[in-house]
Amino acid sequence: MVLAADAQALETRHLGFTISPHEECAVEEAVRIGGEVVVLTLGPAEAEEQLRDCMAIGADRGILLRTDGEEWDAQSTAAAIAEAIRDEGGFDLVLFGNESADAAGYQVGIRVAHVLGLPVVTGLKRIEVLDGTVRCERDVGGARDVYEAPLPAVLTVLEGLNLPRYPSVPGRLRAKSKPLAVVEPVRPAQGLEKLRLAVPEGQGKRAEILEDAAQVVDVLRRLGVA
Amino acid sequence: MILVFVDADELSAQAVGFARGLGDVRAVTFEGAYQPLAWAKALAAQEAEAIVAAGSDRGNELLAHVAALLDVPFAANVTAVDGDTVTRVRWGGSLLEEARLHGEPRILTVAPHTHPAADIGDVETLPAPDDGSPKVIASVEESSGGVSLRDAKVVVSGGRGVGSAEGFAIIEELAGLLGGAVGCSRVVTSAGWRPHADQVGQTGTKISADLYIACGISGATQHIAGAKGAKKILAINTDPEAPILASADYAVIGDLHEVVPAISAELKRVRG
Repeated sequence: MVLAADAQALETRHLGFTISPHEECAVEEAVRIGGEVVVLTLGPAEAEEQLRDCMAIGADRGILLRTDGEEWDAQSTAAAIAEAIRDEGGFDLVLFGNESADAAGYQVGIRVAHVLGLPVVTGLKRIEVLDGTVRCERDVGGARDVYEAPLPAVLTVLEGLNLPRYPSVPGRLRAKSKPLAVVEPVRPAQGLEKLRLAVPEGQGKRAEILEDAAQVVDVLRRLGVA
Repeated sequence: MILVFVDADELSAQAVGFARGLGDVRAVTFEGAYQPLAWAKALAAQEAEAIVAAGSDRGNELLAHVAALLDVPFAANVTAVDGDTVTRVRWGGSLLEEARLHGEPRILTVAPHTHPAADIGDVETLPAPDDGSPKVIASVEESSGGVSLRDAKVVVSGGRGVGSAEGFAIIEELAGLLGGAVGCSRVVTSAGWRPHADQVGQTGTKISADLYIACGISGATQHIAGAKGAKKILAINTDPEAPILASADYAVIGDLHEVVPAISAELKRVRG
């Protein structure tokens, strides 16, 4: 990982952007559940590409809460998302990834539920929409905890919930003409104010090279696992 | 006073150790069916300079609720506190963020395995009346035949280099001989060769094995995030420049399709 000169972000000139794995599963699940699917993100203008990817696999329209590229903390991100959802109204389910791959704040979905006054269940790997309620399950090491919530509800999901499809070429073409609303929220003072990023002290090890199976088995015995 | 939510787990003992560095600790817990919002309401009602928990699924969830109830910031997976500045883990541990945590009380969870466990001492049970919010209504035991990936002493894992679902037969054989579990990288689950339950990584299982054997896995940072809990890593890879080697203690440079069966054969030979 390489940091930008001001240590405020990663150097991304040579990187591509993608949806976090948990969110990808959230979009796939929404499309499978059916009904009108709206995808929403907060990010720079370039984030339209990820919203179009979601529309290519079946989302009907998108909302981009456009920023100037500066990062927003979880609290202000959640406030902006909650406001946008409240303006929309008329939804049954609001799905989030449990935590983002990059900032990993573990809180945006929960905060949105509080603002909207909705029940929330997090960390889900199974969702079943019933009549007026949703039954969902979370892995808790050797067991699955079962929850039930009335609709509308906020759910946060984990990768493994489903196997997301790849967008088809016709899907990509259709996505180009689907509606995308752009809103420009104002970035408030940051409660968790990022000062700088750092790459942790090098874990760069020099691996001991083993030449054959006999040497490997010696190591396995030394480690007490053979 | 530092209020610490504790569970009966190792990560909670680490969180208590961390919190003692911040001030006097009052350790609290709850009884009965897990009900995140009801428990969070009870935590939020206590007087405290800071509210701390382990950076576990439950710790992060509860404190996110507490922060939302109190409308204050919440820093997840913190490794250090210096005055009003916290250092926290991002990108599954590949990046650290220094940030100023405004607001009172300070709400934070402690990044797993970054501090030694302490004796938790006295734990007070707080009442948390059912408020009608979602709670655990049933628990279904997983009927797992083998060793669980998370607790296995040895994990033998395959990546893109395995080449197919059938290719995992040699990985399964070696795991079986070592009494370990089979793991895989994200490429493998995306291809449908193995179920997601076998995936090691930031968005899969974070393992804590004595030995991790990574076969044909290049070693993306997201994969290492799940593997680095292993005490030792052995990489088997045809590419001596593969990033996994920077995280490995031992390496065999060679084709896993030859190396893995040879290790299994040698194990059987020495065991007679």
